[in-house]
Amino acid sequence: MSKILIRGAQVLGGEVQDVLVDGETIEQVGTDLSAEGATVIEAQGQILLPGLVDLHTHLREPGREDSETVLTGTRAAASGGFTAVFAMANTHPVADTAGVVEQVYRLGKESGYCDVQPIGAVTVGLEGKKLAELGAMHDSAAGVTVFSDDGKCVDDAVIMRRALEYVKAFGGVVAQHAQEPRLTEGAQMNEGIVSAELGLGGWPAVAEESIIARDVLLAEHVGSRVHICHLSTAGSVEIVRWAKSRGIDVTAEVTPHHLLLTDELVRSYDPVYKVNPPLRTEKDVLALREALADGTIDIVATDHAPHPHEDKDCEWAAAAMGMVGLETALSVVQQTMVETGLLDWAGVADRMSFAPARIGRAKGHGRPVSAGEPANLTLVDPAYRGVVDPADFASRSRNTPYEGRELPGRVTHTFLRGRATVVDGKLA
Amino acid sequence: MMRHLISAADLTRDDAVLILDTAEEMARVADRPIRKLPTLRGRTICNLFFEDSTRTRISFEAAEKRLSADVINFTAKGSSVSKGESLKDTAQTLEAMGVDAVVIRHSASGAPYRLATSGWIDAPVVNAGDGTHQHPTQALLDAFTMRRRLVGRDAGLGRDLAGKRITLVGDVLHSRVARSNVDLLHTLGAEVTLVAPPTLVPVGVETWPCEVSYDLDRVLPKSDAVMMLRVQRERMNAAFFPTEREYSRRYGLDGDRMAKMPEHAIVMHPGPMVRGMEITAEVADSDRCTVVEQVANGVSIRMAVLYLLLGGNDSAVTHTRTEENK
Repeated sequence: MSKILIRGAQVLGGEVQDVLVDGETIEQVGTDLSAEGATVIEAQGQILLPGLVDLHTHLREPGREDSETVLTGTRAAASGGFTAVFAMANTHPVADTAGVVEQVYRLGKESGYCDVQPIGAVTVGLEGKKLAELGAMHDSAAGVTVFSDDGKCVDDAVIMRRALEYVKAFGGVVAQHAQEPRLTEGAQMNEGIVSAELGLGGWPAVAEESIIARDVLLAEHVGSRVHICHLSTAGSVEIVRWAKSRGIDVTAEVTPHHLLLTDELVRSYDPVYKVNPPLRTEKDVLALREALADGTIDIVATDHAPHPHEDKDCEWAAAAMGMVGLETALSVVQQTMVETGLLDWAGVADRMSFAPARIGRAKGHGRPVSAGEPANLTLVDPAYRGVVDPADFASRSRNTPYEGRELPGRVTHTFLRGRATVVDGKLA
Repeated sequence: MMRHLISAADLTRDDAVLILDTAEEMARVADRPIRKLPTLRGRTICNLFFEDSTRTRISFEAAEKRLSADVINFTAKGSSVSKGESLKDTAQTLEAMGVDAVVIRHSASGAPYRLATSGWIDAPVVNAGDGTHQHPTQALLDAFTMRRRLVGRDAGLGRDLAGKRITLVGDVLHSRVARSNVDLLHTLGAEVTLVAPPTLVPVGVETWPCEVSYDLDRVLPKSDAVMMLRVQRERMNAAFFPTEREYSRRYGLDGDRMAKMPEHAIVMHPGPMVRGMEITAEVADSDRCTVVEQVANGVSIRMAVLYLLLGGNDSAVTHTRTEENK
């Protein structure tokens, strides 16, 4: 592998520096580095970030290859500047055995676009009744450390307690999809002013907050760490803030769409806005942004959820929940966090690379941009302005809520261990 | 006039009064030996019913036939998904057969809105009830009934319901009739009060243009019309209220309660009634109860709506009189 010189980028949005990559590794970071023998990428005006890490991706393979495969999903991830994604367990069959997680892991290796770290199911078949063989998944080639029944809540308090305790043996973490099932029967959207008018079943904030409250207390009681998926309400923020102030080992994520969109969009009855947890109110959006800025929420995670066209081109109640997000995540974060002054680019590097890699124990990812580190890098042109056209997506699915919307910023290059997966905004 | 009728909230005061006035013209047709107008001759209207509702379908069908439209009835039990064919495909199939308007009833809130706005079809869409969202022709026929009874058949022409005090009682949470009525009655200048146990009032009701009360007896003396909403039996097992009897005692309308209403006040019900639950037989069969009138008025209102959406530039009045002169 030849040398690459990334010239004149602002590293983490700070100093302008040259970064020389040799093979899989960053060889040198400095000024006026020699370009001898290297391919030069002129990066003036661009921001160099550590390769982004997504702790919450649905790659759909095995089972729903009509909506996404590991290959198409990792191509979408690379386009969005990601070098590692954590693949959720709600596939068909469910990733609840060593066999399935190893399959997904192998498919990721073969894709070559970004590293795929499978997440294992907490319970067999995501049914919430019996623990899956968590240790076997950890000991497998896939080396699973994050466990989640995402899509479903581990609502049985005893099962949740046991899972939190059990994974301590190998440094694992349970990522909870916080949704009290009885309070959300028939839920179609956020419960509030808009749901009352539209006559759609309400998904109350308390259904999320009550589970988070329970789980942080469980984590405290058994001395485990717990991760909360896709926080969506101002009340959830308050609970996590309180838990952290008590020293409870809790981490939390927010999706890009919950940082930008509100339930007012549901007035269109367009299922492209149907997602779980649902879009909330302006007040929630602002609280989530503030929490991401002050560190109460640790990371941004996409909850990239591809669905085939027919599952969204229908009436609201019949539609699937979820949105694709890998290819727009960084732009949405730039718009909602950077351009609002809430977070600088170093903060973005933390929330989208360092912290998710740390929570998920992703080896070789979320590392500083400095000599000797793996060359997992993302180059962003923050001045770019473009209108989202789903036809441009690398993802097999097109269910984006941002179609036709202007978003700032563009990933121009992504490097996975020194190899360019994206060059000049196009997949290599 | 708009191209579709999806929500009562989309109607301006003038739109609504025009529909009510047009319906009065249509009602005269019913009094004639031949109850038919040639207005929609050669036009095809499809009644697309994804949810059982014999009453509403028959009412639309009667209205369409009295306007001389050709009528196609499409009834599919259950959701489009369980049938295997999507709403989109069904609608496009019907349009390909040359349908000029679609009347849709669907269990999914927002299905008519999707049909009207997603670009699937071009035909005008009339919402005949969607989930727990809207039922605009029901609200119009209710307003028509109120205007006739509380303002007067002839005196009411061109007028709204300004200052009338209307009380809706029952399962507001799951009621498209309540949502449509609140919107339309507010537009027409009425003062609306919802009465229900707190479990059957939606979170978010505070932004609705109405009052909410949990005490029926206090509201009755200040009501010009009291509309009882049906309480479905399936709510019984979902802890919305302890027992049917307790609901009936606190929120049902019986003879004693009816006596607390002003002399001129009427009792309404969108049907079907659950006698003994939200309304006693004594009230249902009394002179003050307008249930049967509401059914008759429903045909006139639906004629007016279809005429105004499809009838072109001529006014209904002209058509009617031309017919009468023959």
